[in-house]
Amino acid sequence: MQASTYQTVGQPLPHESARLHVAGSALYTDDLPERHGTLHAAFGLSDRAHARVLAIDLEAVRSAPGVVDVICLDNIPGHRYLGPVVADEPVLADEFVHYVGQPLFAVAAATHHMARRAARLAKVQYEDLPITLTAQQGAEQASYVLPPVRISRGDIEAALARGPRRHSAELTCGGQEQFYLEGQVAYALPGENAEMQVYCSTQHPSEMQSMVAHVLGQPAHTIRVECRRMGGGFGGKETQSWQFATVAAVLAQRSGKPVKMRADRDDDFLITGKRHDFRTRYDVAYTDDGLITGIKFEHQLRCGYSADLSGAVADRQVFHTDNTYFLDTFDIRSLRVRTNTQSNTAFRGFGGPQGILAIEYVMDDIAMRLGKDALDVRKINFYGREDRNLTPYGMTVEDNVIHELVDQLETTSDYRARREQIRRFNAGSTILKKGLALVPVKFGISFTATHMNQAGALLHIYTDGSVLINHGGTEMGQGLNTKVAQVVAEELGLDIGRVRVSGTDTSKVSNTSATAASTGTDLNGKAAQDAARKIKAALCRYAADHHGCDESQIVFAGNHVMCGDHPPIPFDIFVQSAYKARVPLWSSGFYRTPKIHYDFKTLTGRPFYYFVYCAACAEVVIDTLTGESRLLRADILYDAGRSLNPAVDLGQIEGGFIQGMGWLTTEELWWNDAGRLMTHAPSTYKIPSISDCPAVLNVAFFDNGNAENNIYQSKAVGEPPLPTAVSVLLAIRDAVAATGQGALPVLNAPATPERILDALASVQAPLPTILPDDDTLAEAPPAEIGYD
Amino acid sequence: MQHRDTVHFYLNGKAYSVKPASPTQTLLQYLREDLRLIGTKEGCAEGDCGACTVTEAALQPDGSLAYRAVNACIRFLPMVDGKVLWTVEALGDAAGQLHPVQQAMVDHHGSQCGFCTPGFVMSLYTMYRKGLVRPDREQVLDHLSGNLCRCTGYRPIIDAALDMHAYEPVVPDDDLVHGQLAQLRERCAATLVIVAGGSRYIAPTTTSELAEAVRQDPDAVVLAGGTDVGLWVTKQLKTLPNIISVGAVQALHEITLDDDGLRIGAGVLLEEGYEAVVAEYPEATELWKRFASMPIRNAGTLVGNLANGSPIGDTAPLLIALGAKVVLRKGAQRRSLNLDALYLDYRKQQRDPGEFLEEVWVPRRKPGVKVATYKLSKRFDQDISAVCSAYALTLDNNRVKAISIAHGGMAPTSRRAPRAEQALLGRSWNEGNVRQAMQALEDDYQPMTDMRASSDYRLKAARNLLYRFYLESTGVDGTRV
Repeated sequence: MQASTYQTVGQPLPHESARLHVAGSALYTDDLPERHGTLHAAFGLSDRAHARVLAIDLEAVRSAPGVVDVICLDNIPGHRYLGPVVADEPVLADEFVHYVGQPLFAVAAATHHMARRAARLAKVQYEDLPITLTAQQGAEQASYVLPPVRISRGDIEAALARGPRRHSAELTCGGQEQFYLEGQVAYALPGENAEMQVYCSTQHPSEMQSMVAHVLGQPAHTIRVECRRMGGGFGGKETQSWQFATVAAVLAQRSGKPVKMRADRDDDFLITGKRHDFRTRYDVAYTDDGLITGIKFEHQLRCGYSADLSGAVADRQVFHTDNTYFLDTFDIRSLRVRTNTQSNTAFRGFGGPQGILAIEYVMDDIAMRLGKDALDVRKINFYGREDRNLTPYGMTVEDNVIHELVDQLETTSDYRARREQIRRFNAGSTILKKGLALVPVKFGISFTATHMNQAGALLHIYTDGSVLINHGGTEMGQGLNTKVAQVVAEELGLDIGRVRVSGTDTSKVSNTSATAASTGTDLNGKAAQDAARKIKAALCRYAADHHGCDESQIVFAGNHVMCGDHPPIPFDIFVQSAYKARVPLWSSGFYRTPKIHYDFKTLTGRPFYYFVYCAACAEVVIDTLTGESRLLRADILYDAGRSLNPAVDLGQIEGGFIQGMGWLTTEELWWNDAGRLMTHAPSTYKIPSISDCPAVLNVAFFDNGNAENNIYQSKAVGEPPLPTAVSVLLAIRDAVAATGQGALPVLNAPATPERILDALASVQAPLPTILPDDDTLAEAPPAEIGYD
Repeated sequence: MQHRDTVHFYLNGKAYSVKPASPTQTLLQYLREDLRLIGTKEGCAEGDCGACTVTEAALQPDGSLAYRAVNACIRFLPMVDGKVLWTVEALGDAAGQLHPVQQAMVDHHGSQCGFCTPGFVMSLYTMYRKGLVRPDREQVLDHLSGNLCRCTGYRPIIDAALDMHAYEPVVPDDDLVHGQLAQLRERCAATLVIVAGGSRYIAPTTTSELAEAVRQDPDAVVLAGGTDVGLWVTKQLKTLPNIISVGAVQALHEITLDDDGLRIGAGVLLEEGYEAVVAEYPEATELWKRFASMPIRNAGTLVGNLANGSPIGDTAPLLIALGAKVVLRKGAQRRSLNLDALYLDYRKQQRDPGEFLEEVWVPRRKPGVKVATYKLSKRFDQDISAVCSAYALTLDNNRVKAISIAHGGMAPTSRRAPRAEQALLGRSWNEGNVRQAMQALEDDYQPMTDMRASSDYRLKAARNLLYRFYLESTGVDGTRV
């Protein structure tokens, strides 16, 4: 990477809260001092996947020790149905329950433990109704939360028929629980005149404010939502913190006492949605070189019982089904399947990883069918620089660096030589087999909902020269506040220690967007920069007047202000004099992402401001007796543009990769036949632990700027690293393939030891002949609706 | 017998004497709710994520000092009686000087959201106090096996651990801790009896007192490490009946080795019990490390794992294969039982009311015996087995003179595979006979399907593990990832 020409921006500074984290003094919502009389709330949950509630007897709940209040849907004073896009989720269950774990009622009691105990005492009579659990079941029944969407170009059937080669199969991939270490929590404090203050662990304070207002039936200006930090979010607190915030607020309003609602881990798993699992059917035609000449996909996403963000997640899966490849003739259909399970929601990557996995799996199919190296097949399909650069959704890829980036990683990871070493190892090893895969990623940056691409900031300079910045983004560990502080420090020529970022607060910056879609720094950094530049402009005018120098010659640097020939003035002295001259020392800032537009009816436009490019090369070893696998080495090359903070970005890249690996290997969500999620805590749901980190993990930055005018020419880093872990799954598949005689391994995800053993069995069998039912694929209706 | 109802311990350098609100109030609840020491976090309330990790010091039976990381979320407050504890608040202050482990975490960017960080810091601090200031990578992974981080991917945390020696060292104050523990030993001399919140907790100090208490109150929960019992409270929200703790009986913390075998008392921790077993049977090293995370092994007991009798407890298959016996005690009466005879059916044991497991006896290694034990789970560390297998084989001229094959996860209890054993006994130890035994496993077991694995996988894997054992016994290596 080029040396930074900046003082603060580009420096590998520690996370702004690092010292607080290690000292245990960083305050999370549950750590805030409790006000006297605080009550604690818990949900009573449905234990049926789909049923009519015939009767609900809450007598034992009400009379349990410590119980102060019990509420059902009827007790909600305002709106009873909510949702980020479609208002299809009751605050508490109505006459029907739609999944095991759906909140039926809520209890407020003197202690957390009392509330939880009481919540288990309800006697509920159900009349069971038929249940739909999997995406496939739901797709067969045409059970959708939103209508199907389809985009296509060219005559797909002709292209498929023309070949010259053709292959069709299907792939299933499991979901993923966010498993933020800090569970869902909200703390509602009633104030005067119907005011309600809610501390909430949420990525979207404005939406929480709006939903609390709706549920209470009050105007938004009576509600204030704050979040200093989250103990992880990963998408799981984008919308789904709402039930905790709103119900805590209702109970607080009814009792007049502060109410805290903190989910026990098992309840959190049972109540909240996860990454969408999916089944994809595909049919592909290609040349003898491996160039795709036509491809048809049908993605079936399990959305759960309600729409939540599923429309946008499914759209993003469609938008990433091309990944780094030009698809000339294609037909991509997306089914948003309704099931009797948790309402699936945002999770880092937001459908993107699901789209990327689908096409990468197909790339390996083609390579294996042709007996070619998968990397060569990938390269031949890459988007062109000047031509072959139109995406399926009509956006031209203008900033393509995938050729150079992959070439570089191929060299630095020693891909070809290791391919040969592995071939030799496998030839001499009966039980253990190794596999290698190099997978590129292109990830679109911006919310696909164009209006969300805006941000605000509020900057104060105090007369001692200290600076406080507030913005609409939330800190969940990703280092957003660190980067925003760096931007402000850079703009004002200050040491980072002079700049403090305060917690997100809907009464400071209003109408904020969720901190999501990797856009936190792009949007809020620019808004903060705008605020700083506005103040700086006012200060320059003042300095020019006061010191008689040219405005354009005034420099803010090194904690001083330089005005022409004057000796440098310490920043604090300078702002004191400006204050006395009655110059405003605060400003708002605003940013809206330029260039983007998107028609959700046709799924076309320019949904993304720019693309992030990256790639990973993974080497694994598997045990063919047990199906156990281990990642031995990973090499990742990432295009962060001009990184604002390489240390923070490195953390995001490594963390995203390992999280993605968990999704595709050890993390398995398992529902029993009655629809109860049986993997609902870390004892049964296995995210990567420390020994899963490979002994060799090489991460490097690709030397690149951002072709667009993004904040300091940086690029986003939140989500794109996650799908690079597709390399781990495909390396496992490569190892499985090494045991067979050219048969195509069927490896579904997550690749648990059991699935790997199944995959090993699949290569001993004849070639799979699962052909999509052409009738159902051909009958796909046109796109009707998208995400608003 | 003298009684007291006050729990005594040192926390962050200060002496505490507390009457718990309930015997099952957890240490974590006490820290966060009563003392408002909010640095220690609740991530799961089941000892699986490590956000609640604290450091504990105790005196060993030989008078030496042991430092251990433990999970506060499933540790009942009375269980810290007589211990010296530290939480993250005892280390350096964010505004002032940080402890080397904290500074290393900051410098290596080891925190992102920060919620798991105090737990990692305390696991690192425990290593530091133990004198493991320059650990190797394996030691780091072992000591941090009970701490989950969802943000970093762990690489920077491993680097911080490997680098903590590079900072200005903190002078150990072991003498001070010794003094505090000696003081506590005096204060805790009388038997702890707590009656509160609808149940009674008693921690007898001698084996006979303990035996008498269990005999008189056969419905009481016999509590050792609480790594399972803790979840009955935090997850099932049970009000426990009376609790009888084995923790204060010094004699039960002992491990003795004589010519015949190894005796491991009911109070011996998993970590120490496995260390002793592994000294005799090094083949069990991998199982030891993968049995559970370090904090769980520091809290749970080896005999407790056997007494709990879960079909997926990993100790039983190994010890059944090795021919271990358990000593059951009721009042003054003792009887010895082969371990495999203890387990009758799912959670059903050949154990009379009022009887408890006093110790386990593991035979010493016999010359020529080949032993192996394997664990299969979705994740390598801190996971529950889909299948756990163990083998002990004695050959005479390549004929099978004795063989014992046991599995966990294959049946309602850990149990042997008599048909597979029969298929091998007296026969040549060759691939053909082993394959017949692999087939016979299908007659030995009808495993269930659940979230850990399907019945098919379990059977197939059990067969293949026997094959792996065969390969390894004939000197083939390269059989484990």
